[in-house]
Amino acid sequence: MRPDLGVVAGMVEQGSRVLDLGCGDGALLEELIMRRGCSGQGVEVSTEAFDRCVSRGIPVVSANIDEGLPDFADDSFDVVVLSQTLQTTHRPALVLQEMMRVAATGIVSFPNFGHIGLRLELLMRGRMPASRLLPSSWFDTPNIHLCTIRDFEALAGGLGLHIVDRVLLDASGRHAGGWTSRRPNLLAAAAAYTLRRD
Amino acid sequence: MTTSADRTGSLGLVETRHTTLFTREDPLRLDGGELGPVEVAYETYGELNATHTNAVFICHALTGDAHAAGHHGDPSRPGWWDTIIGPGKPVDTNRFFVVSANLLGGCMGTTGPSSVNPETGRAYGLGFPLFTVNDLVNVHRALMRRFEIDRLLAVVGGSLGGMQALQWAVEHPDEVHSAAVICASSRLSPQNIAFSAVAREAIMRDPNFHGGDYAAHGVRPDAGLAVARMMAHITYLSEEGMRAKFGRRLQDRAEPRFGFDVDFQVESYLQYQGESFLRRFDANSYLYLTRVMDYFDPFADPTVYGPKLERLSTRFLVMSFDSDWRFDTAHSRELVRTLAAHRVPVTFREVSSPHGHDSFLLVVPEYHQTVGRFLDRMAAEAIQ
Repeated sequence: MRPDLGVVAGMVEQGSRVLDLGCGDGALLEELIMRRGCSGQGVEVSTEAFDRCVSRGIPVVSANIDEGLPDFADDSFDVVVLSQTLQTTHRPALVLQEMMRVAATGIVSFPNFGHIGLRLELLMRGRMPASRLLPSSWFDTPNIHLCTIRDFEALAGGLGLHIVDRVLLDASGRHAGGWTSRRPNLLAAAAAYTLRRD
Repeated sequence: MTTSADRTGSLGLVETRHTTLFTREDPLRLDGGELGPVEVAYETYGELNATHTNAVFICHALTGDAHAAGHHGDPSRPGWWDTIIGPGKPVDTNRFFVVSANLLGGCMGTTGPSSVNPETGRAYGLGFPLFTVNDLVNVHRALMRRFEIDRLLAVVGGSLGGMQALQWAVEHPDEVHSAAVICASSRLSPQNIAFSAVAREAIMRDPNFHGGDYAAHGVRPDAGLAVARMMAHITYLSEEGMRAKFGRRLQDRAEPRFGFDVDFQVESYLQYQGESFLRRFDANSYLYLTRVMDYFDPFADPTVYGPKLERLSTRFLVMSFDSDWRFDTAHSRELVRTLAAHRVPVTFREVSSPHGHDSFLLVVPEYHQTVGRFLDRMAAEAIQ
């Protein structure tokens, strides 16, 4: 499993009922269900990834989360996960509001566009930055709503969501050490948050 | 039944068998009365394994029968779901023991309104007790007990068949490892009921109907039944599919006749569908089975179904087709929403296909791939 998914998995309480938005091939859910006593399911828009979930026995609904989560009732899950997916949505605010309707707790991870490497690339080369977490060229990237750590925290606050935990990640997707926590918006390659609504 | 040279494709020659379940002394207890004995027509494909853990039950739709796959002598006329059942197909008879049975109330070998009532020596007609989807499932369950199968690997059905799969899983979760519910509904819409109401009116207003006692009069309400079938058939196709298949082309002529005879190809097609239906279906069965669908509402009362759903461990696959307007995707999504709201994990996908409600009977590669992957996984989980 990707290291950043391992970090997210560690933020989910044992035995939770989990909805994973943009669950991909189901790797995170498999970890949560098989080894952490969780139950739940995924939502995935890619039909190839959907089929891989079916093959590994991960329940998955084929849907586009930009259209909201009409298949899921209020508070029908303990926690909703949005892992490395927020920046691919057309309507990030709507997606956040919908996930916090379906569960009182949300876990969101995303690449930090404020990272110094990306800033320098734009400054020095004058080209749209790319990185290990954001490898695509500007014209074919699925990442259409990139944000910085400060941007995200402002949006969460604006939506009335409380940040109860924040984990900073390095470019490999592991816990970022040392200096990163002093200047997170400059030094973290990505971040994962636990959010709660009132 | 299959030769080693034919590992994928057709089951070849198959036959419908008959058995008797329940007796007059130990009858089937219906939601609307009692019935016994009950004759059941069924077919099986593939081999039951030693642990009896590889059984897949196929539930048919309104006008289906036990003959789901293979053929009865003419390979060009296979069973109604031969597209998906067979060696190497998604419902893989090389690995699964597949059972398909005609419904209670049907007219293709299982006891129904056209059967002779042993009490009177005459056809039941409208004297046949009213029954529900629950009763349909209870007959299937009795057949499974006959085979000493305690738990199905999967119950699979489309349309009314999907309703049976859903009912079975909700009422008897210990008997069903997984359920594939395809273009079905947990509650008919007013429009659905309206279509069925018109179909029933066509039958009941036929002068030969005689209050359902037409057999005693030596006649059949053929005109009404044909109209019912023609109208229903329109709802099984999509507008797009009809446009592609028929356009406004004329039947066997270059110029329109400007009269009321059959001029357009679509008229000719519907007339053929209506006429050929008369050879295989009984009007009273049509009344009863459409009514069964109207009344089906397993999620009517949250205090009743809620606790049942919360203890479900059945794996659900729900599928719909984007051009199906008889049971459109909203029906499937409502089912998904109800299951998910009660902590039942569910897999759902809407597949694109131009063929309307009938899509579930046809080869739609994405649909077959998903069903195949789902059953492969269920096999890995549950076959011992």
